[in-house]
Amino acid sequence: MTAFRSPAGGRIDRSKPIRFTFDGRQMHGHAGDTLASALLANGVHLVGRSFKYHRPRGILSAGPEEPNALVTIDRGGGRETPNLRATQVELYEGLVARSQNRLPGLRFDIGGINNAFSRFLGAGFYYKTFMGPQALGGAKLWARLFEPAIRRAAGLGRAPAGPDPDRYANRFAHCEVLVIGGGEAGLAEALRRSEDPACRVILCDEQAEFGGWMLVEAPERADEMVKALSARPNVTMLRRSQAFGAYAQNFVAIAQQLTDPLATTDAEAPCERLWQVRAGEVVLASGAIERPLVFPDNDRPGILLAGAAETYLRRYGVLPGRKIVILTACDTAYGAAFALQDAGAEIVAIAETRAAPGAGDIAARALARGIPVLPGTTILGTTGHLRVSSVRLGRIRPDGEAEPSGGFTADTVLMSGGWTPSIHLFSQTKGKLRWEEGLGAYLPALPAPGQAIRVIGAAAGEMPAGMRSPALGALPVAGSPDRVKAFVDFQNDVTARDLRLATREGFRSIEHVKRYTTTGMATDQGKTSNLNSLGIVAAETGRSVPEIGLTTFRAPYTPVTFGLFAGQARGDLFDPVRRTPMHDWAERNGAVFEDVGTWKRAHYFLPRRPVDATASGHAAMHEAVQAECRKVREAVGLFDASTLGKIEFVGPDAAEFLERAYVNPVKGLAVGRCRYALLLNEAGFIIDDGIIARLAQDRFHVTTTTGGAARVFGMFEDYLQTEWPDLKVWQTSVTEHWAVIAVQGPRSREIIADLVEGIELSDAAFPHMAVREGRITGTPCRLFRVSFTGELGYEINIPAGLALPLWEKLAERAAEFGGGPYGTEAMHVLRAEKGYIIVAQDTDGTMTPEDMGLGWAIGKKKPDFIGKRGLMRPDLTASGRKQLVGLVAEDRSRVLEEGAQIVPDILAPAGSHAIGHVTSAYSSAALGHGIALAVIEDGRNRIGQLLHIPMERETIAVRVVEPVFLDPEGARLHG
Amino acid sequence: MLLIRCPWCGMDRPEIEFRHAGAAHITRPGPPDRVSDEEWAAFLYLRDNPKGRVAERWRHVHGCGRFFNAVRDTVTDVFVVTYKAGEPRPPETGPGESQPTEARP
Ligand SMILES: [Zn+2]
Repeated sequence: MTAFRSPAGGRIDRSKPIRFTFDGRQMHGHAGDTLASALLANGVHLVGRSFKYHRPRGILSAGPEEPNALVTIDRGGGRETPNLRATQVELYEGLVARSQNRLPGLRFDIGGINNAFSRFLGAGFYYKTFMGPQALGGAKLWARLFEPAIRRAAGLGRAPAGPDPDRYANRFAHCEVLVIGGGEAGLAEALRRSEDPACRVILCDEQAEFGGWMLVEAPERADEMVKALSARPNVTMLRRSQAFGAYAQNFVAIAQQLTDPLATTDAEAPCERLWQVRAGEVVLASGAIERPLVFPDNDRPGILLAGAAETYLRRYGVLPGRKIVILTACDTAYGAAFALQDAGAEIVAIAETRAAPGAGDIAARALARGIPVLPGTTILGTTGHLRVSSVRLGRIRPDGEAEPSGGFTADTVLMSGGWTPSIHLFSQTKGKLRWEEGLGAYLPALPAPGQAIRVIGAAAGEMPAGMRSPALGALPVAGSPDRVKAFVDFQNDVTARDLRLATREGFRSIEHVKRYTTTGMATDQGKTSNLNSLGIVAAETGRSVPEIGLTTFRAPYTPVTFGLFAGQARGDLFDPVRRTPMHDWAERNGAVFEDVGTWKRAHYFLPRRPVDATASGHAAMHEAVQAECRKVREAVGLFDASTLGKIEFVGPDAAEFLERAYVNPVKGLAVGRCRYALLLNEAGFIIDDGIIARLAQDRFHVTTTTGGAARVFGMFEDYLQTEWPDLKVWQTSVTEHWAVIAVQGPRSREIIADLVEGIELSDAAFPHMAVREGRITGTPCRLFRVSFTGELGYEINIPAGLALPLWEKLAERAAEFGGGPYGTEAMHVLRAEKGYIIVAQDTDGTMTPEDMGLGWAIGKKKPDFIGKRGLMRPDLTASGRKQLVGLVAEDRSRVLEEGAQIVPDILAPAGSHAIGHVTSAYSSAALGHGIALAVIEDGRNRIGQLLHIPMERETIAVRVVEPVFLDPEGARLHG
Repeated sequence: MLLIRCPWCGMDRPEIEFRHAGAAHITRPGPPDRVSDEEWAAFLYLRDNPKGRVAERWRHVHGCGRFFNAVRDTVTDVFVVTYKAGEPRPPETGPGESQPTEARP
């Protein structure tokens, strides 16, 4: 039997002892214990060091509101969770718990030095240090001195470094009634509503057992109600399930712990499940939280809430101490006193902050038990190193100060400042609140529009008189209140003095006081501190609490793991991956892939992995890309262009629609012909490009960029549905239907010629920018004679499922001709040699066709198209706009850096206006030197000029040239 | 997560099936040569940002794919009504300030 375990009583299973360790120390508890109750049973109150001052802290509460007892639980194998509330951690065999925020140990902690300097760490410390005058160090002082020191010393538990090995699940659920909170009110509501078998009821509670306070006071009744509910098939009962967020239209998020610590669980089974519940009605039965009292040195281990002490005794069979002083502002603490006395503890005294203690005969009953009741009394201070050992009492004078009135030795102090209804979730749904003075708390008043949420029980303020107390704020002290440390927010180490200081410095609204002092901003969101903060600010500024306002409650109610939100969406399941039909072939043939949107594209091919381990990846890539480019220019290259967006337009108005959508004239496009097309937004800027191919009078095959496919399709849908709904045209995305094999290079015709049926390939019959439907290797195809390389070239559109055999055959033939596959990098180089732009690389959303030298594409006679009016705006027609040009470094071997800024003056000082920047830069195999595309103000008039690119260690001289580096006449293109 | 009624599907569907598409009832001015710079700039860039009811465009992008209009209250997030693209804003839906929940500072 552990030292502080009562001989009998409670819900724990005394026949099942459980071993656990805390900071390496072996201890025993029982099945049914929480870590907190088991620690208390072993006489351990000291469980952590406080956030800022590293003060020793003990267990304050018995529930989710716990601000102090945060621990790290290590389940082994990388399953390590920091910042768990010991009051909510169920004990299991072999549990390993560690305290946090201590260096090197809990009992001796050098971070405690922050406590000695606490005068300087008060309200607004961070802001003041940041804003300090430069002469005195200001921000530098912060960066060099304070931040590193404080970061080391202050903080919560450490996040685990490795990946989380646990699995997390997700479930959507619908019900007629969701009851949040399984205490007496919640159980009764669930029973009542589930009488109708058609009414689906979900009941959730964060604890391992339903019953709430009944588990302390009337466990048999709780058992009966739970039994009755469990028998109803229309009731879903979620234990260990915290409703942490309530959103619009009765949508509630619940974090369910799936691991039953006492059962042997499959390591592969998920450990938590996120429930997303849409309810017809939400009933909030979340109860009330006891308020601490704000008196000097109220944070020593051994000082806890009276209701928590009663819970530990009656539910867990644990005595928190043997010599107990109680300070209370309401009657409920008497219940704790009587129960503890009955269990053998000495109740030294009940100090009553009220002048006339208690309702009815409660004080008389205490006196009859031999417990002194001291009306109008407070605690002026406590002593004790790592645990409270004595208290000094003070009589509250009518003037609001207190004078010393003796003291007691004690190992435990219980306090009760009344009870605060838990309205957090109601407030999250933007429900209207009202202040109730007698309760010192806000109560739900009116649900927000569209919310069917009802609050019942203690959460609605339905509390007996004995639970009620006004919000007391800070209790009277003897002498200056600024000389003592009376804690309001235990987790963020905010004292009454900090709050008073903030109001003296001019902060009036609680929202500002909160941010300045950080009160209520810790992970507990001020569950035990908010009302005391309001009371102090109200008293200090001579206003009522409603005049000060209330901070907004936000989800999550208690901290939620990242894993819960991530669910299955991690690793391979994080984002879908799109692969082309040629993906596996490319992989087998040494492709190194790059991500383009969600597509995997072959970036370049390394047919033989470099054997020389010293050869860097960059050099290997460079060689591969150069070789791929040479194959295209000298023989034939194969490129997988399947990722291109493809849209088929059908209908009598298809030409009319495209004529209005793209800058180009489309209505005059002959059947069997293609056109390079530019798409603008209404502002007049290029947002996409592609090929428009006319297959029939009323049928077009249009390509988009890989990345723009979905966006462009959505934009067209918008215009079709809302702008020009009268047009008879239907668009269909055929991106996934057609695989595209680009065959490019002087030998390209030769390798496809005898495979193609029904299409005459001669230049005369099938010129550049023509399209035909036919067959290739017997498969229906759409054959384009187009080129993004400047070479004679074809793009074969073939149904995706039939593409691979064709690709394999073409690859075989290409190899015979000294050609082969090329990747996206070579494609980029080849097109840059020709000055072909890539939208979103050479353009940035502020570029017009004219800027890009593509003004020729615009149908000048068209009355309107998307972006036409935009192009007429004065800024877009002004001179001095950035224009696309080519650049070659004076040191021709040099490859510039994409994004590098360009200035006219070699000695341009730092901060000078840049007249442009490099958009594309490569090493050109065909030309044997570096080439670049750039956008430069008035660029076309600067051809021939010498400009400069200031880099970190040097300035590079570059010559402005035409953006077409190779075959400007297009001789190669036309075969 | 909001529930949104698609007027084409006639069903309340979860927010993740939809995509917001900007302010509703903005007319594209034209023809281009009769539109002033100011008019075009207003069409491109000037939008109201009221506290209360707004008419906005939504697309049931992961459903029927169709655009529709909605009157939504920016304070409460309540969808007052949804209606098909091309239909006028129901007169009883404002414009006007909503009745926000009590202003909390
Ligand atoms: Zn729909």
